[in-house]
Amino acid sequence: MNDINALSYEQAYRDLNDLVAQLESGDLPLDESVRLYERGRLLAAHCQKLLDAAELRIQRLNDDGGLSAF
Amino acid sequence: MLDASDHALSVTDLTAQIRYVLEQTPHLEDVWVMGEVSNLSRPASGHIYFTLKDSTSQIKCVMFKNSATRQIVEPQTGQRLRVHGKVSVYEAGGQYQLYADQFQSAGGMGDLYAQMERLKAQLELEGAFDLERKRPLPPQPRKIGIVTSPDAAAFQDVQKVLRGRFPLTLVILSPTLVQGIEAPSQIVRAIERLNTHTDVDVIIVCRGGGSIEDLWSFNDERVVRAIIASRIPIISGVGHETDVTLADFAADHRSPTPSAAALDATPDIGDLREAVRHAATALQVYFEDRLIAESHKMERLTTALARRDPQMMISGARQRVDELHIRLGQAQTRHLRRLRERLVGLASTLNTVSAESVLGRGYAIVTRPDGSLVTRSQQVKDGDMVTIRWHDSLHTARIGEDSSERYKRSLL
Repeated sequence: MNDINALSYEQAYRDLNDLVAQLESGDLPLDESVRLYERGRLLAAHCQKLLDAAELRIQRLNDDGGLSAF
Repeated sequence: MLDASDHALSVTDLTAQIRYVLEQTPHLEDVWVMGEVSNLSRPASGHIYFTLKDSTSQIKCVMFKNSATRQIVEPQTGQRLRVHGKVSVYEAGGQYQLYADQFQSAGGMGDLYAQMERLKAQLELEGAFDLERKRPLPPQPRKIGIVTSPDAAAFQDVQKVLRGRFPLTLVILSPTLVQGIEAPSQIVRAIERLNTHTDVDVIIVCRGGGSIEDLWSFNDERVVRAIIASRIPIISGVGHETDVTLADFAADHRSPTPSAAALDATPDIGDLREAVRHAATALQVYFEDRLIAESHKMERLTTALARRDPQMMISGARQRVDELHIRLGQAQTRHLRRLRERLVGLASTLNTVSAESVLGRGYAIVTRPDGSLVTRSQQVKDGDMVTIRWHDSLHTARIGEDSSERYKRSLL
C-alpha cells in the first residue's frame, strides 16, 4: 500500500469517499469488500496524518513567471 | 548709515533667508493651487516634476516618490489639476517651487466619485457585474494566489487565517503595490501573471484598510476589467467592512476584509478531520454490516446443507429398512400362524374322515394273516393269503400272478 503514502490529501479523501460509496452499494464479492475495507482504513489514516502534519507553504511569483521561496 | 557692501550676504545666506520667509508664511505651507500641467517629467527615481500654469503665470512643482506612490490621480500634460503642498526654495537651482504631496482632479473627490459612478453604470450595462458571471469557488483550493503587497499587514492577516484554517494549501504571492498611481497597472499584471504562469484554484485580491484615496486603485477600470477577464475565480477583500469598491462588484466573491477573504476561500481543517472520521466510521459500519449479512447467509446455508447431509440420509434409509424389516417379520409371523391354523383345521378334517367312510366309497383294506396292512405290492408274493376288508364284509383271498407289467403297459 505504498501508493497511498504518495497520495495528496484531496486524492486520498476522494478515494476514501468513492470506496465508502462502493461498499455502500453492497453488491461486491466478500473478498473485494475486505480489500476495500483494508484500503479504506489506510486512506483514512493517511488523510488524518496529512491533516496533522500540514504546514502552510508560501511561494512568490516573480515578474518572469518563475516561482521562488518567499 | 553703513555701506551696504560692508554687510554683503553670501548667496547661501540670502537664499536661506528667502526660504525662511516663504516657509514662515502660514498659508504657503499648506496650500491648494489649481493650474494646467506642463513640462511633465517622471524619471526613474519615482519623483514627478512638472510646471503648473495659467494664462499669465507658472510655478515649478515637484512631488517626491513617497508621496507619488500614494496618489490616485495620475497627472497628465494639459490636464487641469488641483495640487496641494508647500512653497519653498530649491537652493541649488535658485528656484522657489511647490513641493506637492497630493493631486486632485479639478473637481476634487467629487469628480472622482462621479467618474467612478459613470464607470460603474457602464460596467453594469455591459453585464460585468451580473450574478450569472460569478463563478463558484473551489471547496478545497490546493493553491491560492494572493494579489497584494508582501509588506502589507493584509498579507500577514491572510497567512494567519490560512495557517489556522487550511494549512494544506500552497500560497502563491503575486506581489504588487496596492496604492498610488502605479498600483492599478501592477495589480493588473499580478492578476495576469497568476492566470498565465500558475494553476492556482482561486485568487484573493486584497488590501488592508485605509482612506478612500488609499483604496482608489480598486476602483480603477483596468483593475476591474482584469478581475472580470481572469480565468481563475477571484475573491476581493479590500479595506474594512464598510468599504466597497468596483473590484468588489467585479469579483466572483466579495469578502469584507483580507482575513475574511482567506476564510471564505477555504474550508476549516476541523471540518476536514470530522469528514475523514465520518468516512472512516461509515467504512467500519458498512463493512461490519456486510460481515453480519455474510454470517447470516452462512447460517442459512449451513442449515440447508444439514438437511442434505448424506450421513443423515443414510441413517434415515437405515431406519426405514429397519422398520420394513420389523414389519416383514411381523407379516411372516402372521402368515405362519395362519398356515399353522389352516394345517390344524385340515388335520381335524382329516381325522373326521374315518376309514369306514373311505371303505364306503368302494375302497378296501388288505391285511396279512398277522393283521398288518398291505400298502405296497412288495409286501406280498404269489400264493400268499390275505384278508380283504370292504365296508360291509371280510373275505380271505390268495395273491395271484403279478400283473404290474401289464398294468403299467395299459397305462401307457
